[in-house]
Amino acid sequence: MPWTPAAKRYNLRIIGLSLLYGAFLIPAVYAFKHHLLHGAAAWIAAILPALPIVGIFGAMGRYLVEERDEYVRMLLVRQSLWASGFALSLATVWGFLENFELVGHVDAYYITCVWFFGLGIGSIMNRVTIGAAVQC
Amino acid sequence: MLMENRLRVLRAERGWSQQDLAERLEVSRQSVNAIETGKYDPSLPLAFRVAELFAMPIEDIFVSPSRRSSKAI
Repeated sequence: MPWTPAAKRYNLRIIGLSLLYGAFLIPAVYAFKHHLLHGAAAWIAAILPALPIVGIFGAMGRYLVEERDEYVRMLLVRQSLWASGFALSLATVWGFLENFELVGHVDAYYITCVWFFGLGIGSIMNRVTIGAAVQC
Repeated sequence: MLMENRLRVLRAERGWSQQDLAERLEVSRQSVNAIETGKYDPSLPLAFRVAELFAMPIEDIFVSPSRRSSKAI
């Protein structure tokens, strides 16, 4: 199935944000590894790589608003709900395990990776339950 | 409970493919397939677009679930 115009715009935004992520992350890692940043500059350099990821969530929201095909929209909402349920459940279980010192600490941003993985689960569940999935 | 509909029959009568109908309704072929196979109920605006395209009342295309169950009784 060809992409809808909204899906094409979404994909372009994701590519742009991914490139921006790389452009912010690589210098930040280098600078922190060589202890080049201190004070406000360190804060800014640390936050910058997070912003494109936040932007990806924004791009997904914008895609939901711009997508004119209501069925595709419904598929994406279902997929996102699966991802959110999966990520929040895993974070909750891990939080308790960590709190009782049964597992080691995991940096909070990994929950974003889990959420993106959850989108894959949502896509599979869409295929299993209604035989279709969003293509973008 | 999902609605039954006559979309496949009406489309076939006009010799349209699912893609043809999708383009006329400005939705994806995936959407037409989901509606035809009863996996998805269209919104009211989309149901009206379908009805206007076929120049028929909505209730001649989409079967009310309550009417269907009362027939079964």
